[in-house]
Formats: sequence, structure tokens, C-alpha cells
Amino acid sequence: MKIADTIAPPPQQELPPQAPKPSKSARHRGDRIFLGLSRGSGIALLVIMAAIAAFLTWRTANALAVNEGNFFTTFDWNANADPPVFGIAVLAFGTVVSSVIAMALAVPIAVGIALFISHYAPRRLATPLGYVIDLLAAVPSIVYGLWGALFLVPHLSGLFYWMDDYLGWTGVFDYSGGAARSLFTVGIVLAIMILPIVTNVSREVFLQVPKMHEEAALALGATRWEVIRMSVLPFGRSGVISASMLGLGRALGETMAVATVLSPSFVIKLSLLDPGGGTFAQNIAAGFNEAGDVGRDALIASGLVLFVITLVVNGGARMIIARRKEYSGANA
Amino acid sequence: MKLQRTNRLRALSVGALAVTSALVLSACGSDDNTTQGGDSPESAASGNIECQGEGNLLASGSSAQKNAVDAWVQNYQRACPDTKVNYNPTGSGAGIQEFLQGKTAFAGSDSALKEDEVEQSKEVCEGGKAINLPMVGGPVAIGYNLSGVEELVLDAPTIAKIFDTKITQWDDEAIKKLNPDVELPATKIQAFHRSDESGTTDNFTTYLNEAAPEEWPYEPAKAWAAKGGQSANGSAGVATNVAQTDGAIGYFELSYATGNDIDTVKLDTGAGAPVEATVENSSTGIAAGKIVGTDGDLAMELDYSTKEEGAYPIILVTYEIACDKGNKPDKLEAMKSFLTYAASEEGQDQLAEIEYAPIPDEVITKVREKIDSLS
Repeated sequence: MKIADTIAPPPQQELPPQAPKPSKSARHRGDRIFLGLSRGSGIALLVIMAAIAAFLTWRTANALAVNEGNFFTTFDWNANADPPVFGIAVLAFGTVVSSVIAMALAVPIAVGIALFISHYAPRRLATPLGYVIDLLAAVPSIVYGLWGALFLVPHLSGLFYWMDDYLGWTGVFDYSGGAARSLFTVGIVLAIMILPIVTNVSREVFLQVPKMHEEAALALGATRWEVIRMSVLPFGRSGVISASMLGLGRALGETMAVATVLSPSFVIKLSLLDPGGGTFAQNIAAGFNEAGDVGRDALIASGLVLFVITLVVNGGARMIIARRKEYSGANA
Repeated sequence: MKLQRTNRLRALSVGALAVTSALVLSACGSDDNTTQGGDSPESAASGNIECQGEGNLLASGSSAQKNAVDAWVQNYQRACPDTKVNYNPTGSGAGIQEFLQGKTAFAGSDSALKEDEVEQSKEVCEGGKAINLPMVGGPVAIGYNLSGVEELVLDAPTIAKIFDTKITQWDDEAIKKLNPDVELPATKIQAFHRSDESGTTDNFTTYLNEAAPEEWPYEPAKAWAAKGGQSANGSAGVATNVAQTDGAIGYFELSYATGNDIDTVKLDTGAGAPVEATVENSSTGIAAGKIVGTDGDLAMELDYSTKEEGAYPIILVTYEIACDKGNKPDKLEAMKSFLTYAASEEGQDQLAEIEYAPIPDEVITKVREKIDSLS
């Protein structure tokens, strides 16, 4: 990559040359074994996904058969009661909202860091900065959770009161005091957790912008910022989107950090700053230990919904990326 | 470029691995007591333990009695190195299920077996059925964090209103009336409950429901039924949050209050003087209850609205669950020997030192007889 910076070869040269097809008889044993291995891995992946889906569906059917509430609209989770009443409305809301907050906070910062590393920072600074970002990805989620619960929560009240003063009229940022263990806090912690993934993938994409484009822009008299706006960002857009989707996937499924930070309750509030709400993964972690048979099936049913949401989100991202075929981070 | 990417992938997978292992690890100890964990008194002599049987003795269940069982195991193991007792605090529900599937020798549970569970147990207990043996009492303390207030008296209706967010300020008339000599600040009350399902919640809400049925109309359950207030994961989570939030109140096992330096509420039960959450008061509280199990079963029913002097009514009684007949022959001797030690005077005395309440004499004698007759 460092060579690429200085020599700047045209991008076509980076593509692997099309290998000539060997005739069937000339195929080596190694080729056949490798083909078998890679085909087997591909099939194994599909089988595993199908098995997970089948397991989730089967247990979900068990749970739904005994549910006395409406699975989609009930604001309650009493799966171990008799009769069991539970619904995923609150969980779906909390999962999506906290992830969206995380994305809104993390993606701009991540793109900024990625641009800084790829286009602004001197090389002496860029490399260590890259390592620090990698390090952030290696911190276990429970550590983020503990940091959030023990450090962030006690220090957030001030910010929340400030937001209440200026934005409270929207209702969304209404804050009535109390420990700041809300969906917004969860969003902040999640934002930090997905920062490394989004940053790293975006950085890789920005580094692949053809030097010719940038140099052409410079030759036309563009400033650094105009170069980034005209050649880097358009080229990297789909890559940044797929990076964000990777991050979103992590945010949607995050368990321990959310369970540690959030103060869950089965209500949907307009205010994001007041405690309450819940997410799928957090609810499963909290409920599994003491759950009976129906309780477990119900939790697994909520897991299926999360599975479907993740699938839809990923599918959506694929579609956006497919629209721009020049470069796709998902294919990298 | 290629090289870079592999590095990145490797970093990501290391991260993923760390995350998974953290999950697995943290899933085990939701009810761990951080400060007192398995800290058994060295002074306890291990002279009176009768070792019988050998091999691995597996058990699982209630995390509320984990520290008690750990302390017993430590002492028992010192005296009887031939038996390896392994208690896995998976939670009562999971413990009962494993026992009913025949995976463990006995289960620990925060609540007595339900009828259909007893029926189910006849499959694993050949010629017998599962019975409840009350072994450990645990006072559930109501801890609060209110700067400047070092003594606080509350009664059941007030507590119910606080936890149902009907009373939202510390200087509420109802609280003032119970604490005429205390200067109460106008702080907002933040009532913390458990976000996970728990026997502690079950017990606490049973108390509220029986001692203040009008103020607490919700059906007692392991899951928190009311809507308001804040919640946190595990007793450790509730205690941590109460400790760091001014104006907070929450409920947890007594050891968490002592461990986190949290002041506890004295209960106005209608007795002459407000009752403090202590080990002795809890044992008195358990004694106010009675055995309701039939046919050799020793399940207890507690008297939550007791007005007896010095009887603390919010108590968690946890059981060991075993077969009365038809225990696995190769585990029977070791199990009897371990449970005999746990129910012995020595085993019970040890409980008080780690903030659990010993089971009162009249009950524990019956438990001892029962353990003797297990087959």
C-alpha cells in the first residue's frame, strides 16, 4: 500500500489476470481437493443457516401456540406466567431505535477518522492510529457495558438536562431526571462499539480510490477538500454503506453491553432520554436463566424476529450496493 | 493491500472471540456476590463431617444460595477429598430442569416444586418422588442511598407505593410520618428492581402482595410486574446502581448491602420496634412460617405479615431438591453425607457468617431426619 501511494499504478493492474482454463485432463489433484473444500465450505454455510432458521422456526411455533397475547402488539413479556402473555413490540422498537442512534453517532465520526487516516494524517501518525482503532475492536463487550454503567451513566445527566432544556419541546429529548440508563445511553455505547468496524472498512475503501482520479482533480486546481468531495467520497459511498451495515449488524445483536447499561421495562416512550425500553438480545440474556419451557421458546421466538430484521437490513444494504457496481465493499 | 486485509480480519476475529468468551463467562455469574464470594471462614472446623461415598456429585440451580453452597463445599471438600461436589448456579428454573432430566444429583431452588414438576420427578426417582428440603434462608434487604439520611423506617404499604412509583419524592407525607425525627430531602425517588427474572423478585413481590395487598395489586412472579422505576441486571447490578445513584432504593440479598456499604431500611411490621434486616431477625422471621409440604415434603410457607417482635419478614428460603426414594445408587451415599453436613449445626452456623440466615431449629431437625431417610 505504501508503494501504491508513491508510484500510483493505474487501478486496472490490481485486477488479477484472467487465468486460462486448464483442460479437464490436465487438472491437478490439488485443484480437485481445493474445489471440494471450498464448495464444501459454501454448502456448510448454507446448511448451518438453514439449520438455525429451522430451529428458530420450530421453537417459535411452540411458543406462539400457547401465547395468549398478540406476538406483535403486546407491550408485555410474561412468558413464564400462566397463561403466557408476551409480545415483541417494545423489543423491536428498542432494538431499532438504539441501533439507529448508534449509527447516527458513529458513521460520521468513523468516516472522518477513515478520511483522516487515508488522506490527511502523516504516515507516522496514520499507522499507530490504525492500530488503536483495531484495539478498540478487541475490547470485549462486557467491558464496554461496565464502562457505560459505572462511568458514562453517572456523567451523562448533565448532557441530558442540557438536551432537555434546548430540545425537550420535541418530546424525543424530554428528560425527567434519574439515572441516565436509557436507549440514548445505549446508543452512545453501541456507537463506540461499532466505530472500529465502520472505520476500518471505510479506510480500506478510501485507500482504493484510483490515484488518477485524485490527481486529475488536483490538476484541475481542486483543494484537498474538493478532491475528497469529488473523487473519494463518491467512489467510497457504497463501501461506506456496507461498512455501516456491518456495524449495524453488530449494534442490533449486541447483548451484554446493553444488558449492563439499560434499565429495561416493557413500555415504549417517546422520550429517548428517560429510562425504559429493551432490546431483543438484552431481553434474552436477562430472561434465559430463570425461564421455563414456554419462556425459552418465547425468547427463541424473539430471536427469530431479530434474525429476520438482520436479514432484511442486510438485504437492503446489498440492494443499495448493487446499484453502484463500480466498487462494492461487500465483494472485497 | 491484501496483507492489510488479512490483518484486519484477524483483528476482527480476535475481537469476536473475546466478545463471545466474555458472554459465556458473564452468563454464568449473574448473581455472584462480588465482595463475599465463597469467602468461607477459616475458623470453621471440619471435624464433624462424616465422609461417605466418593466420586463426582453434580448439582445445579439457584444462584441465590451459591455462596452458601460454595462455603459448604469448601469445608466438606477439605474433610472428604474423595468426593468432588460441583454446584453450578444456573438459576432455579434451569436447575430443576436438569434435575428432572436426571443430569444432577440434587437441585437448588428458590421456590418449592410445583405439582406438575413433582409428578414429572417420578420418572427420575424410581419408586419415589422429589421433595423440597429447606436449607438456606436469605434476608432480602431494602437498600437505599439518600445523602444525609442514615436511618429510615418504612412499612409495607409505603414500600409498595414507592416501588410502584406512586410515591416519587423522598419528602412525601407517608415517609415523613414514619420518620418524624429524620430530615428528608426533596430528592426524586429512583426505585430499582431486577430486570432479569429472579427468585428474589418473586419473594419481594410476594411480601408486598401479602403485607400490602391494596397498594400492591400485582400477582407475585419472578418477573417484575409493575411498569415504573428503573431496573438492572442481577442483584449485583441493582446494588451497584443504588450505591452510585442519590435517591435510589432497591432490594437485594443482605450480603450485597454489606458488601457495597448500602444502608438498609428498617421495617415497621406492626411489632413494637422497627425490624432491621439482620441474620438473626430473619431466622426469627422464618420461624414464624410453617411447613406446608405433605407426604414427607418440607416445603415452607412464610408468614409475610408477621407482627412478631424482631421477625424480619422479607426472607428468601431456598431449597435443595432430591428424591425421597430412588436416588441414583452410586451418588446416594455422597449426597447424603454432603447434605447431612449442610444441615448440621456446624453447616448452618456457617451461614450466618456470610449473611445468610440459618433455618430455625424446629424445621432443620425435620430436614435432618428426612436426609437420614433418603434412599
